[in-house]
Amino acid sequence: MTYAAGVDVGSTQTKAVIIDEDLQIVGRALVSTGSNVTVAAETAYEMALRQGNIHEEEEGVGFIVGTGYGRYKVTFGDAQTTEISCHGRGAVHMFPGTRTVVDMGGQDTKAIKVSPTGEILDFFMNDKCAAGTGRFLGAAAMALDLPLDQLGPTALLSSRPVKITTTCTVFADGEILSLIGKGKRVEDVLLGVHHSVVSRSIGLLSRVGIEREVTFTGGVACNVGMVSVLNQELGFEVNVSEDSHYMGAVGAALFAMDRIVAGRSPARRSEVRV
Amino acid sequence: MSSTSQLIQDAPVDKRGTSIVGRGNKEGNRLFREWYGELTSAPERKEHSAYVFVMGSLAEILRSFDIHTIFPEINGLQQAVRHVADDYIGQAEDYGFSADVCGYVKADVGLQLRGGDHPMGKIPPPSLAVYTNACNTYVKWAEIWERMYHVPTFTLDIPGSRAAGRLTWPGHVDFENDRKYVAGQINELIKLCEQVTGKRFDIDKLRETMAHTNTMSRKWKRLIELNKSTPAVYNAVTDGTVFLGMMNGYRGRPEGAKYFTDLVQEMEYKAANGIGTPFDEKYRLAFVGVPCYPIFRRFSEMFTEWGGSFVGSSYLWFASGGANLGYEYDLDHPLESLAEGLLITVRDSMDSMFYSDKNLIDMIEPYGIDGVVYHPIKSCRTVSTGLADNRRAVMEATDVATLFVESDHMDKRVVSEAQLKNRVDAFFEGLATRRQRLASTGAPTGRA
Repeated sequence: MTYAAGVDVGSTQTKAVIIDEDLQIVGRALVSTGSNVTVAAETAYEMALRQGNIHEEEEGVGFIVGTGYGRYKVTFGDAQTTEISCHGRGAVHMFPGTRTVVDMGGQDTKAIKVSPTGEILDFFMNDKCAAGTGRFLGAAAMALDLPLDQLGPTALLSSRPVKITTTCTVFADGEILSLIGKGKRVEDVLLGVHHSVVSRSIGLLSRVGIEREVTFTGGVACNVGMVSVLNQELGFEVNVSEDSHYMGAVGAALFAMDRIVAGRSPARRSEVRV
Repeated sequence: MSSTSQLIQDAPVDKRGTSIVGRGNKEGNRLFREWYGELTSAPERKEHSAYVFVMGSLAEILRSFDIHTIFPEINGLQQAVRHVADDYIGQAEDYGFSADVCGYVKADVGLQLRGGDHPMGKIPPPSLAVYTNACNTYVKWAEIWERMYHVPTFTLDIPGSRAAGRLTWPGHVDFENDRKYVAGQINELIKLCEQVTGKRFDIDKLRETMAHTNTMSRKWKRLIELNKSTPAVYNAVTDGTVFLGMMNGYRGRPEGAKYFTDLVQEMEYKAANGIGTPFDEKYRLAFVGVPCYPIFRRFSEMFTEWGGSFVGSSYLWFASGGANLGYEYDLDHPLESLAEGLLITVRDSMDSMFYSDKNLIDMIEPYGIDGVVYHPIKSCRTVSTGLADNRRAVMEATDVATLFVESDHMDKRVVSEAQLKNRVDAFFEGLATRRQRLASTGAPTGRA
């Protein structure tokens, strides 16, 4: 059995995915990126190997693709591909009807238009501002002293979102605390935060053109509140995979398998580009 | 067939023994330094200088009075590529200018506050300022000099296109009315120059400068056409910036006419012998907007690393003051022709910013464009607003790939190299996939 791997080094988390020749995920892992990106990539990769019970010395991973902002620091990788291409490819693989992808990560939100084969037709991303990204939700979690995985369920307890006027992630906590201080319910404020984040992504999606099906990827897709609000704003349900968080790594692994199938010999050390 | 390196080695040499291949950049850099040297020493010779702008510099009138032309846009560009713009901009902001004011303006304010100390030399203060309405910022910018130096500032109001595609031309009643309007303003400028310099207007001297500009315009138009060659004979962004410096700094001068005559000779030789830029051209691109000067070399490398070659740029249209049209003055009627020329070329500069979609669509096939790169800048809403719509129009009219990346031409604080690289890499990944798809269907892949 031949395996391929994708390692997605993001600003906050690093994900690794191993797939087999049938394009099934056999191992996955997620670690905090921290300050040593290469170590994070290696750790995630090794954890994914262990999870899949793959012994690299025996079976071997035929090709590794690094993606994410830290892709050039995946020094044990064989090639690098942007996460834009990887999320597009991964989303179409998981949901073949995908024509639009919205990826929300720690500090990036991407709207990607894809062809039926996962070819990137157009994309837009947030620029130099983390408003409308997971960071905004992270700021809300800190302000309210809630774990991230509680944000969505708590928000969905509300049916009367409070409008959040600030778009700045840095100033978000100030406004949130001010609203709580005025007696607004936590769930109402949180639902407002979710609406605020979604509205930014709708803006990006509109720029590439919203064509169904829409697939939601990235860590923020694990937030049930975000999925619910996005569905509501779009007027239809988006695709969400339980592997949404790993979609970049999935796409990277698929590109890696392409290279194996194409019969290219991997270089075991990729060039590190600073 | 001779190799490229052999062809370069065998290239003709000029009277000084310099090979014509590569001469344009070498000479351009040399002349550019010389120009700044002239400006630095102008006060010693008690020569006058005018602060002007690239979109309608009125260089011909000013040169006829021996007035130097100083371009704050070019000064700013040089500050940015030499990585010192931040200091000048910071000084202007400390002085009171807002963060959202154009980076060129602030770099210039910083320069003035430093008494003209510039990495290329010492920029003398102006005796007057002359500008058109092609950029709305020009007017307020000139007011800064007015306050600082108590010099006259002259606004030349050039009527623009009333709407996309609705241009009028000589002979049309609207055009002729506009020409009279511009001609009247030129006469006022001449009177002002006489007052400032104490010299009488010399129409024969004006003819001389206009003759040189004619040569430069003719050659500029040819230069732009020559990049239809495969491979492209120059990089429209990096080499283009050198050429623009020469087109503006030496406009109306015999050195400028010679430079562009020689440059076209070089490029025609390269085109005839398939000599391109010093990297492997895989994708042919058009650039829309003002380049990212704070990381100029790196910005270019992000594209050339993928084999991306900029064969055309809207910057070569609007920042040349419309010289891309190749308009030539009628030397028998210099003043009427100057009015006509300004009307057509400055209008075209504005159209190259606001209505460039048609020009872009028209260049896709003849230039073999694989992709169009849009670069809106934070500093300038004039040049950036509408680019998103422009892009949509181009994509609807053609199937060309496009990339939309935002940074700035001056302010490094709003340039994120990592973000730019990510987007550029994704763009080329898309181009590569598109080319593979076309190849697998047997379709031509000359355009990705």
